[in-house]
Amino acid sequence: MRVKLLGIIVSAVGLFVAPGPAGAHHGAATFDTGKEVTLKGVVTEWIWANPHCFLKFDAKDDTGTMRNWAVETQNPVSMTARGWSRGAFKAGDEVTVKLEPVKNGAPVGRILTVLLPNGQTLVAVGPQPAAATAQ
Amino acid sequence: MTVARLPDAGEDRAMSLYVKRVIVVASVVSMLSSAALAQIWNSPGLPEEEIKAMPPGGEAPRRDLTGVWDAGFAGIGIMEQEAEREAARAPFTPLGEKMAQRNKPGNGPRLAPVGEINDPLSTLGDPSGFPRLVNYELRPLQIARTSNQVLMLYMFEKRYRVIWTDGRALPKNPDPRWYGYSVGRWEDDYTFVVETIGMDDRTWLDNSGDPHSTDLHVEERYRRVNQNTLELTVVITDPKVYTKPWTMRNRLRLRLMPPDTDLMEMIPSASESQAYQRVISSQTKSQ
Repeated sequence: MRVKLLGIIVSAVGLFVAPGPAGAHHGAATFDTGKEVTLKGVVTEWIWANPHCFLKFDAKDDTGTMRNWAVETQNPVSMTARGWSRGAFKAGDEVTVKLEPVKNGAPVGRILTVLLPNGQTLVAVGPQPAAATAQ
Repeated sequence: MTVARLPDAGEDRAMSLYVKRVIVVASVVSMLSSAALAQIWNSPGLPEEEIKAMPPGGEAPRRDLTGVWDAGFAGIGIMEQEAEREAARAPFTPLGEKMAQRNKPGNGPRLAPVGEINDPLSTLGDPSGFPRLVNYELRPLQIARTSNQVLMLYMFEKRYRVIWTDGRALPKNPDPRWYGYSVGRWEDDYTFVVETIGMDDRTWLDNSGDPHSTDLHVEERYRRVNQNTLELTVVITDPKVYTKPWTMRNRLRLRLMPPDTDLMEMIPSASESQAYQRVISSQTKSQ
């Protein structure tokens, strides 16, 4: 019970740090919440789908090993409200991805931000930017 | 020296007619362009700021819920509401406790790691079902009516519900359905009450994996507060699973969207769920 209560408190603190509709499909338990990794790589695929969109890209990790990463965002509706789109990435795009990795060391995680080749930064978490919602 | 010539009476009439035509054409162009501006395609919903700051917009119309409505983040059921709902939820019966343990949700106090989630909606592509559709992932919805029905057209799943308003009673021992059987009535000029029974017990009440039996009875109360605001309260009664009735949505506030809003699709398709399982979930299992 104490552990459960602690879990709720930790979740509540996490929520305070990162407000927004984080995880209508799943919570953040699997991700290494709070840890940030920044990787520069080349997009191999951008899947615009429910329950989560995900970006696949090739990048070297801190040991210099090239890995194909798969990093998720929220769903297309929530991402559209943030100014993202089905055409946001294409294979071959060079991107810099700031992400929260999963705990088990697999090349999987949750996108925080992506820096595009044109210098624009797409933001995946935190409060919904007001300007991005116009259709 | 040039002297300005005054127009004669005929010219004056022609000029006046010309000016009137220009004014009419300009007005029509202006109306058309403003109408075109208001026509919205593929909307994800209202910006959160607009939902919070929307003015009342005048008195509520009598016995009318029609329009496109959006509750914003509050409708989606973000994490704040998990704690709120958990506090509101009635205790499980022993059977309810057993049913709850079988469900491995991606949210809520019993959340499971991504690789262990067995949510029938997100992992199998099953329908959300009712009342989950109004308790979690309540994205914008359009409410329409016919002479004997109120129709709820949901953006999430691109699903619809029929609420019968022809005075019929609920069916006796109905064959369970994903979205149950619903009847509605006006309690007063601004409060529409919907009762639903006969829901398939494979569905969850919410993303937190709260279970229900086929004996579940749901009451939805839609209160038109003013032109731009609708409030939704949802009460769950299921004596097999919960020790007493409980309020799952308490005066959730929905805002009226522009009448010519076309909504995005938000369909949790089986093939997309499978792709997510294959690429993301399968790699997240603990080692």
